[in-house]
Amino acid sequence: MSDPIILFFIFGVFAGLVRSELRLPSAIYDFLSLTLLLAIGLKGGIELAKQPFLTLAPQIAAVFLMGLLLPLVAFPLLRLAGKLNRADAASIAAHYGSVSVGTFAVAIAYMNSRGISYEEHISLLLVVLEIPAILVGILLARGLSKQTRWGTVAHEIFAGKGVILLLGGLAIGWIAGPAGVEPIAPFFFGLFKGVLALFLLEMGVITASKLGSLRRYGLFIVLFGIGMPLFSALIGASLGILLGFSTGGVSMLATLAASASYIAVPAAMRISVPEANPTLSLSASLGVTFPFNVLVGIPLYYDLAVRLQTAFGA
Amino acid sequence: MSLKNKILVTIVTEASLESAICKQLGRLGASGHTITDARGKGSQGQRGGGWDADSNIRIEVICNETVAQAITDFAQSEYFDNFAMVVYSHPVSVARTNKF
Repeated sequence: MSDPIILFFIFGVFAGLVRSELRLPSAIYDFLSLTLLLAIGLKGGIELAKQPFLTLAPQIAAVFLMGLLLPLVAFPLLRLAGKLNRADAASIAAHYGSVSVGTFAVAIAYMNSRGISYEEHISLLLVVLEIPAILVGILLARGLSKQTRWGTVAHEIFAGKGVILLLGGLAIGWIAGPAGVEPIAPFFFGLFKGVLALFLLEMGVITASKLGSLRRYGLFIVLFGIGMPLFSALIGASLGILLGFSTGGVSMLATLAASASYIAVPAAMRISVPEANPTLSLSASLGVTFPFNVLVGIPLYYDLAVRLQTAFGA
Repeated sequence: MSLKNKILVTIVTEASLESAICKQLGRLGASGHTITDARGKGSQGQRGGGWDADSNIRIEVICNETVAQAITDFAQSEYFDNFAMVVYSHPVSVARTNKF
């Protein structure tokens, strides 16, 4: 909790709540998220360079399946317990099946500051997990409707800022290898925590702006925003154990599963399921789940990973 | 320099619609458009422009009356129901009319 990056986030929330004038210019926010995405991609790419790509195929398939499954669990819950309409339930389900790079970055910082190692190629799994939930979300909302412009959806997913920067970083890291990346390492890896601190400051301000709308949507969204990531973390951690990951890796996969998207999915849903209320899904993913994961979830998922590893690990 | 009367159509809407709208503007007969980032508040709440899902844009098109009507009709049928959008138009006097 006393980690300065977490304090930056809390400071951002505080500044937002007292309606301070504090806000980063959007170009700076873009630059910070671009740096984080490239750094995460590069880290994964360097690791990929060290191992044959084919050995990763089972992991990629398993994580893709998890991305299909999580929204299918969330959807009936949102429909029945939350009494949400089909479009809103599908859109929120897609948010929770996909991932948040911000949460992932905080988890990296958490692992690094405690000297816990993890499978660094997990950045590749981050990209894989971005995609399936969007497809499931659209199918849940629309069925196999002819109205869905799949070409536009595919473009939105693959050419969207998040996926393209992660893939670009992965490719550059993979091609250049550890020695090739070394000259730019001080910028991308040395400054990682500083960039993350500023990013979290702005995320705090944005989170605070979503807290107000929570009151409108009631207790269910808060309960779902905490309950769903806890369930997803259990699925992610179990998958990590099955795949034979280290404790750090299990914990990272749990964090990936538990995080909810607030960039790629909102953009894709806005285009594909416009009747879904974007404020509702963002209130849940940004107003509840993001702060929960950053403040409480990540250490909790690590603890879960340690317990599962002791009980079932190889 | 001679000035001629044209219509300036302005659309203020969510940034996520940029590429979809711009593609359609060409098909509706607009010869060009100008886009600027925008911030503001309306019936869909405050749009601070700090990050992607929260950003607005303002699209301006100078065109003749027929195209202006087509753009307005298109915006109404496609987007008014589900998106934050304001569309208005007014006459303007422009130089270099061959550009529009």
